[in-house]
Amino acid sequence: MTKVDFKTAGPFIALIALFILGIFVNDAFLSAGNVSNILARSSFIGIVAIGATFVITTGGIDLSVGSMAAFISGCMILLMNALMAKIDSFVTIIFLAIVASAAIGALAGMINGLLTTKAKIEAFIVTLGTMGIYRSLVTYMADGGTLSLNFTLGDVYSEVYYGTLLGLPYPVWVFLAVAIIGYVLLNMTVFGRHCFAVGSNESVAHYSAINVDRVKTATYILQGLCVSIATIIYVPRLGSASGQTGILWELEAIAAVIIGGTMLKGGYGRIGGTVVGALILTLIGNILNLTDAVSNYLNGAVQGVIVIVAVYLQRGAWRAKN
Amino acid sequence: MVQVTIDDASNTAMAGIAQEFHGNTPPRDSLLAVRKLKKSYGDIEVLHGIDFALRRGEVHAILGENGAGKSTLVKCLAGFEARNEGQLYVNTKQEFSGADSGAGSSTMADNAVSAQLITAKDWTHAAAEAAGVVLIHQEFNLAEQLSVAENIFLGSELRGKGLASLFLDKKQMIDLSRDYLATLHCTIDPATLVSSLSVADKQMVEIAKTLAKDARVLILDEPTAVLTQKESAALFELIDRLRGRGVGIIYISHKLEEIERIANRITVIRDGDLVGCYSAATLSKDDMARLMVGRELSSLYPKVPAPHESASVALSVHGLHVAGASAPESFELRRGEILAFSGLVGSGRTALFETLVGLRPARSGSESKIFVQGNEVRLTQFADARANGIAYLTKDRKGSGLLLNKGLRENFSLFALAQFAGVLIDTRAEQSAFDKAVDTFDIRMRDTGVVAGNLSGGNQQKLLLAKMLETEPDIVIVDEPTRGIDIGTKSQIYHFLAELAAAGKALVILSSDMSEVIGMAHRVAVMHQGNIAGVLSGNEITEHEIMRYATGLKAAAA
Repeated sequence: MTKVDFKTAGPFIALIALFILGIFVNDAFLSAGNVSNILARSSFIGIVAIGATFVITTGGIDLSVGSMAAFISGCMILLMNALMAKIDSFVTIIFLAIVASAAIGALAGMINGLLTTKAKIEAFIVTLGTMGIYRSLVTYMADGGTLSLNFTLGDVYSEVYYGTLLGLPYPVWVFLAVAIIGYVLLNMTVFGRHCFAVGSNESVAHYSAINVDRVKTATYILQGLCVSIATIIYVPRLGSASGQTGILWELEAIAAVIIGGTMLKGGYGRIGGTVVGALILTLIGNILNLTDAVSNYLNGAVQGVIVIVAVYLQRGAWRAKN
Repeated sequence: MVQVTIDDASNTAMAGIAQEFHGNTPPRDSLLAVRKLKKSYGDIEVLHGIDFALRRGEVHAILGENGAGKSTLVKCLAGFEARNEGQLYVNTKQEFSGADSGAGSSTMADNAVSAQLITAKDWTHAAAEAAGVVLIHQEFNLAEQLSVAENIFLGSELRGKGLASLFLDKKQMIDLSRDYLATLHCTIDPATLVSSLSVADKQMVEIAKTLAKDARVLILDEPTAVLTQKESAALFELIDRLRGRGVGIIYISHKLEEIERIANRITVIRDGDLVGCYSAATLSKDDMARLMVGRELSSLYPKVPAPHESASVALSVHGLHVAGASAPESFELRRGEILAFSGLVGSGRTALFETLVGLRPARSGSESKIFVQGNEVRLTQFADARANGIAYLTKDRKGSGLLLNKGLRENFSLFALAQFAGVLIDTRAEQSAFDKAVDTFDIRMRDTGVVAGNLSGGNQQKLLLAKMLETEPDIVIVDEPTRGIDIGTKSQIYHFLAELAAAGKALVILSSDMSEVIGMAHRVAVMHQGNIAGVLSGNEITEHEIMRYATGLKAAAA
């Protein structure tokens, strides 16, 4: 097999091509500040998309992640503001908020999972429902406006987003860690193998003594945890949450997964591809910002074209191979 | 004159080898013929020059082991695959309408022979259908949520006249569909949804579709695999009627009795080579099997000595109440024993054992006691059965047994995965276990990179066997272990099963294949309407006795 496998290499080639395009478009593209900005911005969608890779590989879909992120942001801010009056240590308050965030994320994921498996409602419908619920809840919590984190606390917490290690912002390290854990979990463990099996054919999984419902639910819980992690590093960026927080994250996450080569019908998933997919989406926005040739308002259109082209190329290569 | 290739000296003694081609000209009366057809996938040639001719009004069976190339051949004939070499002649139009004159090499003096030579590029699926050559797949091609009539006219819907041509002429389609079904002696209402039909009725709709397309050549690939005996009998009557109308039928099946019943001629292929074409009247079932395999099948069913009376009980089931069965069921199985469960299709064998191993819930509120090797166990999910040394092989190897789009190693290890994993999967141990299994079970593949769906049926079954036996279970339950499998692989599977029993494992075979049950089992439990009607052993195991219990003529002795 000396031929280039488009399914594996395609996203990487596209990423490199975009990167080269970026260099030509603007000298500022290669500046340390811009590169670290691209990586940091990719990390939110990237982390959410890694969770989505598990859900989609297993044959599900989760549309609720954007609203879930907004809802968790809102809960964290309300909790931290409330704890200010009771606890002196800012670090303790932030730690408790992080724990709460993970718990809410896991619980929200479990609700999606159980409604899909036990109540036997299609994942699309379940998560369409919870998407509306979380979005509405955060708007209600903010009374239609914006929830703002206490200013002094926000100053401390902002270190999580703006701080760096070895020259790279913390979110990038978190993204990397989540990606590595995700890769190992999906490709090297029994659970990952079971995700592929359930996504390929639920009946075969059942007849291979795999607890199909448990595997599916676990992927939604993982997705919830990923949303929570993304939220933990997102809240200190703006220090606020509103009904507009995390809007369209679900579509960007799914786009990143699909660009990365994971199949929407399940049974085939690639964490590395998803990471590249998230980077591609951010790069497009960044390059459009740095050039006058195409309006920045066309960001979504360019992303849409890229998704469609990516899938077309994968399908074509897939057909030729068979 | 071109001699038909015969690669086995013993076959020359066989009478009735038919000559297909005179020079380059297909025989008179042939609707569809190929000469020296070769087909390759990539670098691998799977058909090495096949001659085949289908005459008007005949049933022409194609016999061969799994992987011999039968399906590839009919796919080339029906335009689903393009051949690499060889000539293909069609004569359907000329035969029936007597209109267009032939082209190609039809310059023989005999005017009746005016078959058209068609290039591989032009013989597409659409071209084949237009010429009246229709292949009915094993998996039906029906839109489940549309009505019977809508399916029959799918892609060639009738429209009204004038302004009404914007709309479908539903009434005419329903009327015509009713006519087609009536010629098949089938009473389905054309307005019913296909999803509500039985498998046999769906097949009728498939055949009715071919009538709407005015099919001259009908290719049936294992049509009875999904039918009951009664439904099969109805299908054979239908085939007789179609043959009487002049339709040529190509028939693929592993069931030699069927071929004996309906075929006029038989073409045998082996490993992509033509063995020969024979008049069906000259071949016995033994001849057919021998020609297919190319060697004598001395002992299809290996003899396994019955377990000694002192052999311990491996599995003991008390009061297992299957959902939908009228009464709870109890039975015992000893080590080294082969217990077969026989009965008609739908008699509840699969339900009984899938309930036992935890694949489906028992009747709610029912309490059963199950003992494995003397210890009471609870098997609420299939993983519990695995933990207690029980393996169950589904009869639906494509739908429930193997991940058809995944590699062989992943399929092989899926049931026993925990054995290869601590925190992470030890892929090296997995690979070496897989290599060993390929060897043990003689799984043959083009290369190790293929997906399970690309294996032939027999090799899929061997892979499934390897997958379920990797946990080294003490109790092995196999459901229809040889369905749709050629006789050579069948024999291999019987020998694997016999070895298990000889090694002291307890074996349950669920089967609707009477000769397999009689050939393999020490005891036979016959099921009727969800419960065991009787248990036979030793000399009592005869087809007659089994049928009496299976049909309810005889009930369990009080």
